[in-house]
Amino acid sequence: MTTSTVASAIRTRVDAGSGALIGYLPVGFPSLGASVDAAVALVENGVDVLEMGLPYSDPVMDGPVIQAATQRALADGFRLRDGFTAVKAITEQVSAPVLIMTYWNPVVQYGVDRFADDLAAAGGAGLITPDLIPDEAAPWLSASERVGLDRVFLAAPSSTDARLHQAVEASRGFVYAVSTMGITGARSDVDAAARTLVARLRDAGATSTCVGIGISTAAQVREVLEYADGAIVGSALVKALAEGGIEAVGALAAELSSGTRIPA
Amino acid sequence: MSLRTEEGPYFGDFGGRFVPESLIAALDELSEAYELAKLDPEFTAELTDLLVNYVGRPSLITEVPRFAQHAGGARIILKREDLNHTGSHKINNVLGQALLTRRIGKTRVIAETGAGQHGVATATAAALFGLDCVVYMGEVDTERQALNVARMRLLGAEVIPVTAGSRTLKDAINEAMRDWVTNVEHTNYIFGTVAGPHPFPAMVRDFQKIIGEEARVQVLERTGALPTAVAACVGGGSNAIGIFHAFLDDTDVALYGFEAGGEGVDGPRHAATITKGKPGVLHGARSFMLQDEDGQTIESHSISAGLDYPGVGPEHSWLSDIGRAQYRPVTDADAMSALRLLSRTEGIIPAIESSHALAGALELGKELGPDAVILVNLSGRGDKDMETAGRYFDLIDAGAEQS
Repeated sequence: MTTSTVASAIRTRVDAGSGALIGYLPVGFPSLGASVDAAVALVENGVDVLEMGLPYSDPVMDGPVIQAATQRALADGFRLRDGFTAVKAITEQVSAPVLIMTYWNPVVQYGVDRFADDLAAAGGAGLITPDLIPDEAAPWLSASERVGLDRVFLAAPSSTDARLHQAVEASRGFVYAVSTMGITGARSDVDAAARTLVARLRDAGATSTCVGIGISTAAQVREVLEYADGAIVGSALVKALAEGGIEAVGALAAELSSGTRIPA
Repeated sequence: MSLRTEEGPYFGDFGGRFVPESLIAALDELSEAYELAKLDPEFTAELTDLLVNYVGRPSLITEVPRFAQHAGGARIILKREDLNHTGSHKINNVLGQALLTRRIGKTRVIAETGAGQHGVATATAAALFGLDCVVYMGEVDTERQALNVARMRLLGAEVIPVTAGSRTLKDAINEAMRDWVTNVEHTNYIFGTVAGPHPFPAMVRDFQKIIGEEARVQVLERTGALPTAVAACVGGGSNAIGIFHAFLDDTDVALYGFEAGGEGVDGPRHAATITKGKPGVLHGARSFMLQDEDGQTIESHSISAGLDYPGVGPEHSWLSDIGRAQYRPVTDADAMSALRLLSRTEGIIPAIESSHALAGALELGKELGPDAVILVNLSGRGDKDMETAGRYFDLIDAGAEQS
């Protein structure tokens, strides 16, 4: 099996003394071109791994900030194939690995194998699937295996040990530890539950665990990286992009990435 | 092989649990509690007591000969779920799930609602059991079902209008799921139909199958035989599966589900999920759904808020797939004509949802001929729809139609 570029990118930062910053942005917001430019700006400002979300009509895991952005992208005519266009355009400009975050039905309709082929051809690293549990993922497990794509499954504070084992077993790249019981959106405190969950995932054999949901400041990034391999920021970046454009989202990425550096 | 023994999570190729991992523990907890409750005579006794002494079960069957004159002379018998406390079949399921909520020690319930019938039923059960209750309802639906919003609030529930997406039932479900993910520790989601992730399709069906079990015995007693056909409207499909289930193994009894054909299924404005949709994943289950080629859900349309849903329960997709039940569209116009016809010929004002089944039965009668006996699930009463009907038939304004 080929080495996961996502796992390597995270490992490099962990070995250097802290951990990775993973940034989420939706494809097609505020436009297809601007979403590519914004993603490039994230990497240029210290984001190690990109998570590009595909806008979907029924995003049950997303809070109001991401919902507003993805609804706007859909209203502006986002098509699934734009996801591959974006991944290709981003990977041509920067070397950071690019994961696609997508709800499951668009992949099913596109065809799981065809989706895997086209994502690999575009230079994508794999998929994060918020509404697909490993129990239902057989077609994706085999397609990703065949093409060599990463697959990131979620683990929740409420997951049993057996389910954590299953998530670790099925995931490649990293396991997405959901910091708190809830949907995406900035929170003033990243739940203490995240620390416990990461420790449990480690006990279950995880070598690469990133924490997401509720992280919006450099201090929170720093705190999460004390115990996890990566910190995922989404809504805060989307808000910055919506309010201040590419310059603002780049500046926030630079600020957040200061959280990945060990204080002098 | 019996078709009545399917327990999920899969019905053929349909069903499953396509939900965020954060919800799995809650779904497992619910599944386990339900499996235990099913075997517990105390649970059954408590539910039966509520169904008899609170809901008013068994509900009647009523033959409607003056209405049936318009159906090619076939006999039409209505199963009167409209006479249940709160005015529809929804209460059957809600009481079961409210009892389960108490068993798993949760103190807050949430629900989605389209027409408001499930929301009213949930608010009612929450009042009865002393549970906190929040009902999510698409903003469009809060406007067309204002009376039910008032009922829920009077019963002590908080009604939250959902402004995302198409602002109807599908978006109310999304919002309820988000609430559940966030508050799962003390909150139970009382799901209103036979869609959603396992265990909801099987559990809600089990709480609704009493409709068909009663009706099967009642029709046999009344006519000496099983009906020729059973008809029900299908949105998510809870009243339909409720009346179909007892007949699944009676291969001589034809089963017909009538979907909302809206302004016609050749255009985009309908909610005929099985007729016009494709298999996909929506709201936690694989089933037929209305979607575009990218898998984005297409907004449905129906004059009836309760059928205005782009998905359908997985057991219906399976019954359609194996040919055990047939699903047909009925337009807004035909449903409204049937609503008026039943009102004027029999003195029964049906819900617009149920009127789709009535309109379907009128056509079915002409096909099956005068020897046919058609059992129709009259799943709800029409009081909540008076504003829509009043506008549709011009009954409210000055100079309104009088005859």
